[in-house]
Amino acid sequence: MAIFLNENSKVIVQGMTGAEGTKHTKRMLASGTNIVGGVNPRKAGEKVDFDGTVLPVFGTVKEAMEATGANVTVIFVPPAFSKAAVVEAIDAEIELAVVITEGIPVHDTAYFWAHAVATGNKTRIIGPNCPGIISPGKSNAGIIPANIAGSGKIGLVSKSGTLTYQMMHELRDFGFSTAIGIGGDPIIGTTHIDALEAFEADEDTVAIVMIGEIGGDAEERAAAYIKENVTKPVVGYVAGFTAPEGKTMGHAGAIVSGSAGTAQAKKEALEAAGVKVGKTPSETAALMREIMNAL
Amino acid sequence: MDLYEYQAKDLFAAHGVPVLPGDVATNPADAKAIAAKFGQAVVVKAQVKTGGRGKAGGVKLASTAEETEEKAKAILGLDIKGHIVHRVLVTPASDIAEEYYFSFLLDRANRTFLAMASVEGGMDIEEVAATKPEALAKIHIDAIKGVDQAKATEIADAANFPAEVKDQVVDVIVKLWETFVAEDATLVEVNPLVRDPEGKVVALDGKVTLDENADFRHPAHAELVDKQAENPLEAKAKEKGLNYVKLDGEVGIIGNGAGLVMSTLDVVAYAGEQYGVKPANFLDIGGGASAEVMANGLDVILGDEAVRSVFVNVFGGITACDAVANGIVKALEILGDSATKPLVVRLDGNNVEEGRAILAEANHPLVTVVDTMDNAAAKAAELAAAGV
Repeated sequence: MAIFLNENSKVIVQGMTGAEGTKHTKRMLASGTNIVGGVNPRKAGEKVDFDGTVLPVFGTVKEAMEATGANVTVIFVPPAFSKAAVVEAIDAEIELAVVITEGIPVHDTAYFWAHAVATGNKTRIIGPNCPGIISPGKSNAGIIPANIAGSGKIGLVSKSGTLTYQMMHELRDFGFSTAIGIGGDPIIGTTHIDALEAFEADEDTVAIVMIGEIGGDAEERAAAYIKENVTKPVVGYVAGFTAPEGKTMGHAGAIVSGSAGTAQAKKEALEAAGVKVGKTPSETAALMREIMNAL
Repeated sequence: MDLYEYQAKDLFAAHGVPVLPGDVATNPADAKAIAAKFGQAVVVKAQVKTGGRGKAGGVKLASTAEETEEKAKAILGLDIKGHIVHRVLVTPASDIAEEYYFSFLLDRANRTFLAMASVEGGMDIEEVAATKPEALAKIHIDAIKGVDQAKATEIADAANFPAEVKDQVVDVIVKLWETFVAEDATLVEVNPLVRDPEGKVVALDGKVTLDENADFRHPAHAELVDKQAENPLEAKAKEKGLNYVKLDGEVGIIGNGAGLVMSTLDVVAYAGEQYGVKPANFLDIGGGASAEVMANGLDVILGDEAVRSVFVNVFGGITACDAVANGIVKALEILGDSATKPLVVRLDGNNVEEGRAILAEANHPLVTVVDTMDNAAAKAAELAAAGV
């Protein structure tokens, strides 16, 4: 099954002809993703050769969907143009839009999120500022290296890209149903709770790793959700215990404001919901290992 | 980026929000001259990017120009919660009939914006929220529709602003929203918003946080950066496009990815407890980790005199470990004799064996390769303690 992305996903790339878009289109193709085209209004009608796979470029997302049946878009366009790109994807009613771009102004993200809500939430948005989503062996939409871990029964949701990779690496002998990097911006589309809900319903997933970090209260809300709704075992990790107050730690959303958004509060909320929280990534992986071995 | 009060009020004024006149002085003589120009009692206010100025002695009333000079002398150089006062704002003293609170901010949980308003302003709003939550109106804003006259009226009504000031408050709210949107702010706060004895509503204080992701469409915001107050290492890192935060410790940290670096700081802090050492910085070199980026990163970290050892923690994803290892070797060549502190390197992920082989072959006297993040953190902490 996997969640949000599977072997039937037909993927287009917005910004496919840019440097990042080109590099990662090649990588996604190499990992077996069914990429059916790209979007760039200035290069509509052209064809691009990616190491032997020739892909058409369309002028709009709508045209690309009509011509190819695409249901997923991965967005690599620069921050200044991201709002328009996401709005276009929403208006075309594509099922899933994965926004990789880092550095989008939060007013722009708030705008396209409001637009998605106002038009009936027909498009699931993952990101921005995220590594994307991978259902190993089925499809890979984004920049997660496909060779870290194969298919398995652990679901992973994380605010951080490299911690996603680290955790996939530590648990590579078990493998993953789906791993999602939801992004480190203050406003994001798909949340921990959305992923938890989907993993709970996914028959291929037997246990869930949830990785959070300082800033906001998404982890606290996820803890409350787990307590009420999740029956599968969840193991958690939170980064940023030593982050000073008032300093942005790399991710735009990773900031402790006054007493709000601390790692300690998140850890306590998760533990109160019955989630085992590791002190380090390795300890977190060890906790999951115990669970998987006992199943 | 947080702004100083005077910068926030300049932005307010530019968008038509009523503020009092005022000028900034960096020395007592200038403060005196400003007071003389106003020819009336003034308030001398420390310009620091933190709260609690009043309690710390950073806000003082002066009735004459001479007194202003004295007060400015007392305030300039004060340490307010670690922030040294380099500037004071001198502004005419005003009588206050009532104090209100108003802000627009990000509402992360609801993925939109929030207006907060209260007729009980002047005090710490977190305290109002905790002790009298019914006195603080919170209204969600639709990011597309924004705040027009009608929405502003809804907010003013929800907060029970008195009838005699409502029209003015509605106007202020609309203009603050214009400021919030036009400047790409993530926070616009007025505390207090006041009614003076003549019934006029004025923003007496201001706090603004700007979204640095939007800098590309606000070239003028570059002038708001206080270069003097920037940590020199942070400024140097910024120039080189590095994501660096100076911390108070001895173990320099380089990693790739914000989450992994935050995690590295934690692991080093745990490992350092028994040695009495802590992480010296946050530095995310991103996915690339080229030799040049690695050299720049090491250069910034080794420029921190407190650093006794460096922990390079990289997960090889898109850039595999062999490329990262080559980057480290070349970075050490580039730095030459200026690299003086021991480096503990932990590589994991794609092509890890090749990466470790490259470092083993280079056999650099400063480099120790350790297999796991936890063990590497312990080694880096131990080396930092030994070097103290």
